[in-house]
Amino acid sequence: MPQKQFSFLKLGLFFFIPFCLVIIVKFGINKMNSSEPSYQEYASSNTLSKTIIPDKIDYIFDVKPILSDRCYLCHGPDEGTREAGLRLDIKENAFGAIGENLDRHAIIPGDLENSQLVFRINNPDQEKIMPPVHSNLTLSDYEKKVLTKWVEQGAEWKDHWAFIPPTKPNVPEIENNILAANEIDNFIINKLSQKGLTPSEKATKEKLIRRVYFDLTGLPPTLHDLDSFLQDQSESAYEKVVDKLLASEAYGERMTSEWLDVARYADTHGYQDDLERVMWPWRDWVIHAYNKNLPYDEFIKWQLAGDLLPEATLEQIVATGFNRNHKITQEGGVIDEEYRVEYVMDRTNTTAKALLGLTMECARCHDHKYDPISMEEFYGFYSFFNQLKEKGQIGYSEIPKPNIEITPKEIEDVLSFIKMPDSIEKVNLMVMKEDDDFKRKTHILGRGVYDNPTEEVEFSTPAALLEFTDKYDKNRLGLANWFFDEKNPLTARVAVNRLWQQMFGVGLVASMADFGNQGDLPSHPELLDWLAITYRQDGWDTKKMLKRIAMSQTYQQTSKTTPKLQTTDPNNVYLARNTRAKLTAEMIRDNALSVSGLLVEKVGGPSVKPYQPDGLWAETTSGQGLTKYIPDTGESLHRRSLYTFWKRTVPPPSMTTFDAASRDDCTVQRQKTSTPLQALVMLNDPQLIEASQTLAVEMLNKSELSDEERITSIFRKITSRNPDSSELNNLLEFLENSENNFNP
Amino acid sequence: MEEHLKHHLNNNRRHFLKKVGLGIGGLAAASMIDPFNMFSKGSSVNPTGLNLPHFAPKAKRVIYLFQSGGPSQLDLFDYKPMLNKMRGQDLPDSVRKGQRLTGMTSGQERFPLVGSNFKFNQYGESRAWVSEVMPYTAKIVDELCFIKTMHTEAINHDPAITFFQTGSQQSGRPSIGAWMSYGLGSLNDNLPTFSVLLSRGSGRPFGQPLYSRLWGNGFLSSLHQGVQYRAGKDPVLYLKDPEGMSRSERRKMLDHLSELNQKQEQEFGDPEINSRIAQYEMAYRMQTSVPETMNIDEEPDHIIQMYGADSMIPGTYAANCLLARRLIEKDVRFVQLYHMGWDQHDNLPTQLSGQAKDVDQATAALIMDLKQRGLLDDTLVIWGGEFGRTNYSQGALTDTTYGRDHHPRCFTMFMAGGGIKPGFTYGETDEFGYNIAKDPMHVHDLQATLMHLTGIDHTKFTYKHQGRRFRLTDIAGHVNHDILS
Repeated sequence: MPQKQFSFLKLGLFFFIPFCLVIIVKFGINKMNSSEPSYQEYASSNTLSKTIIPDKIDYIFDVKPILSDRCYLCHGPDEGTREAGLRLDIKENAFGAIGENLDRHAIIPGDLENSQLVFRINNPDQEKIMPPVHSNLTLSDYEKKVLTKWVEQGAEWKDHWAFIPPTKPNVPEIENNILAANEIDNFIINKLSQKGLTPSEKATKEKLIRRVYFDLTGLPPTLHDLDSFLQDQSESAYEKVVDKLLASEAYGERMTSEWLDVARYADTHGYQDDLERVMWPWRDWVIHAYNKNLPYDEFIKWQLAGDLLPEATLEQIVATGFNRNHKITQEGGVIDEEYRVEYVMDRTNTTAKALLGLTMECARCHDHKYDPISMEEFYGFYSFFNQLKEKGQIGYSEIPKPNIEITPKEIEDVLSFIKMPDSIEKVNLMVMKEDDDFKRKTHILGRGVYDNPTEEVEFSTPAALLEFTDKYDKNRLGLANWFFDEKNPLTARVAVNRLWQQMFGVGLVASMADFGNQGDLPSHPELLDWLAITYRQDGWDTKKMLKRIAMSQTYQQTSKTTPKLQTTDPNNVYLARNTRAKLTAEMIRDNALSVSGLLVEKVGGPSVKPYQPDGLWAETTSGQGLTKYIPDTGESLHRRSLYTFWKRTVPPPSMTTFDAASRDDCTVQRQKTSTPLQALVMLNDPQLIEASQTLAVEMLNKSELSDEERITSIFRKITSRNPDSSELNNLLEFLENSENNFNP
Repeated sequence: MEEHLKHHLNNNRRHFLKKVGLGIGGLAAASMIDPFNMFSKGSSVNPTGLNLPHFAPKAKRVIYLFQSGGPSQLDLFDYKPMLNKMRGQDLPDSVRKGQRLTGMTSGQERFPLVGSNFKFNQYGESRAWVSEVMPYTAKIVDELCFIKTMHTEAINHDPAITFFQTGSQQSGRPSIGAWMSYGLGSLNDNLPTFSVLLSRGSGRPFGQPLYSRLWGNGFLSSLHQGVQYRAGKDPVLYLKDPEGMSRSERRKMLDHLSELNQKQEQEFGDPEINSRIAQYEMAYRMQTSVPETMNIDEEPDHIIQMYGADSMIPGTYAANCLLARRLIEKDVRFVQLYHMGWDQHDNLPTQLSGQAKDVDQATAALIMDLKQRGLLDDTLVIWGGEFGRTNYSQGALTDTTYGRDHHPRCFTMFMAGGGIKPGFTYGETDEFGYNIAKDPMHVHDLQATLMHLTGIDHTKFTYKHQGRRFRLTDIAGHVNHDILS
């Protein structure tokens, strides 16, 4: 770090800058949110909806969330724990006869007296009440009334929305078409007017450019970018910016940051001694794939089954590294099969969570408690990933098989996106690769335990979603095609929901990881389906979809809230404004590097080691593997944060403090917290201080500027806007007082 | 805090509250953004909205002295003369009963039984057996409750330690301390609720590694993550201000920052901004409170002597025990220590002596120090590792040395303090020290009991994540009422 002798004035500025950097998180980008809002939370946080029973009870919105959450544990999909033979997740059973003599019914539409469900939930007898006392589950008065009224109104039944394939809804007509930039706005405004709300005004140009820069590239606009945009009075000024960003290399890096969480990417094996691994060539492929706008279906098919494609290219095989990013152990003494099974589990769960938005892992040890996924179906799905010749326990200097060797020759010929330094002769990358003559039989594992195989299963998928018929090959490629079957109800919805989450902070389905019965309901079901189908019809064109979202008026609204909105829609479910969100861990650091001019904009290559507090690796190591963190020198100190070396057992603290995912397993939604440790990083992280110093030096060298001009300029760099007079005074006063405190 | 700064801060806060429109009537609302109450449950509404504790707690605070690697119960507490008699003979299959072995000994042709090379004696009124390597512990056995029949499911370090700390062998769930922080909040306004201290064993300096996820928050808010206290100039990461930054300067900076943030809050109306302002204040207070806590200069000589000379050396187990007491004195809810190096696959007699020397005096001192301050009554102390060790030798057995592999079926832990029956031994192992003869206690039982002591019904304390209600004890665990006082 530069250690400069600062003059009187310089000292003041030196301390002013880190402070300014602190502000970035506060209002730099007008996006900030605390916890994950959900429809249910919203509904329950709204006092009105808590006390007022709807006139017409809706099964999907009002009833099923209660049944699923309080009743399915014993009356749901899991046969193993089903009580009284009653299951409430399937209509025939819920309405069928129960009891030893088949003389009773849980639900008789319209008949309150004879419906056991009504009788039991309202029963004051502690022996009879449902849910039973020992379950620790209860129903509120409101919930009892909803269920009762539903039966009274005839117990109308609908299947779970997410398991029905989407159809393209008509775009709603809205009264004031001038408010709509594209179809997204029609859906949003239509819903707003139903709720008696109206959209907000457009964000200022400064806010807008900053927002879209971070969302699409993860970086702030430079002053030059900002000025050109402000000066461009043409109607297409904003669109030009969006197009430019989508065409920039930083776009691929930003998208990759998100995908690395999903893919649980890391630079170490993750268990115990946590040895180093080389997966960064796969990461380089992801950046490349995004930047060339590889259609989403191919993006996924290559990652799942690139090796099985006809005449698979080397690039397609590199893409399969996706499913080798799971942790791998070298711990002495582990039982090989125990861990091999864990790796297959990981691939199964990651694929299901990332592409289907389902908590399929719940069906590892028993039938799923809430969703229609049996244990047999789980292991049928698992069997696709169970076909590698791989080891559970690897040696200390072993590159797990299967892997491919990548040489400079191959890079030159077909893999030019891999940024291999000259100092490296070759790398071996773990990939998915099956031997033709090798097929492993898959058995259900009793209680999910590796040494308890029971009945054999075939390749299959959960039938409630879409049956795995003979038209698909019986391998991962067949599975990959199954995902992109037009009848698959989830793939497209989950994909557009992820893009929506990236742009708005929260998905249309807030529970990104759970589209099942326990998940959140979509805030705008029709919009979700319209986007899903449109994405597919557009040939899974990701840039086009992001542009569509960015161009909507909904996205361009201000994020200012009003007392009225805070009361009616505190979590901004209906988007009468944009949502304030925090910068991600990567953005916080990249922003500091960028505005201070330190950022080295080099794409790809081996992961790098920027500053990290001394001793973190050393104090927990066994002496094997990566025992000491030695920061890089030169340009590697200032690369974008997605390139920061990720040691799973001791991840970089400045990143994890800001809610970066652990990379232990697939993460589709990060936490958004506010903690004092974050404040400490902002105040004292050497990286931020160095950035401050650098920025200060640059400003101080402009001797023609006054303090006021310097502050204004720095403020603008950091926040993309000018300070108003009170802000300027605040900072000038601070600068003045700071100077008085130092005796040079 | 210096008086004038305090005054300034209070003024600033008043100003702030006034600005955001909170009069005196808005007390409840004010406490939500009260920076002095950020970690704290205090007297106001429990920020988690949980109805906790479920019943009156016996222990308000917990110190968990984790002995990482798997200390040999057979050389410390579980005295088995039969093993000395049968030294060198094979472990009978009738005893092993199909127990799976780690890959380190599964290939061994023979499993020669080995008794401890250390002498055992009975101590105190409770007549507890303790080996000669733990002389200080021997003196306080009447304060301790030994559990001889701990058992676990994992046979390797990573899954076993993860299981103990989070209730699951696979990573991703919150650590016990995080659950406590989430459920019970803080008793302290200036220090993190869940504090973590690490030390390295001298018996086996490079034993098993640790992983920061062991004190992670899992799916709980990262507010509940364990905060590591470290030896050296930056006791909590990023705590130390840059060179040349005075406290008053930092204060001033935060005041200016706060003013700018308040302005934003007024413009955007986002309550999250108030929370952020409060977090900066908490960070500022930690900058004073943490170094104060870490500074043992004020400890009198007799206390240093009690914990042993090592307690003067930052980063040792003894120093960490002393710090644990200082944290507990400040009402920190959960203090988690890890002492590494208890993995004696070979050369056990030498290695174990070193490990025992690291922890024996300081552990005993900590317990007695808490007692003399009246803190032991409502502080629970737990000592133990992730599994035990085999009754047969790993590798060659010679007259002077042997090793022991991991053993999940039975091992010894001890507890003391808040709500625990002192001078008591629970459970018995068979004469081979291989199986449980009477009264087993599973890892989930320990977790359930720990929660019970802190006023929590472990079956009711859940967190809903991705549609499922998760518990520390998963779907198992029973409170062990026999060890409660």
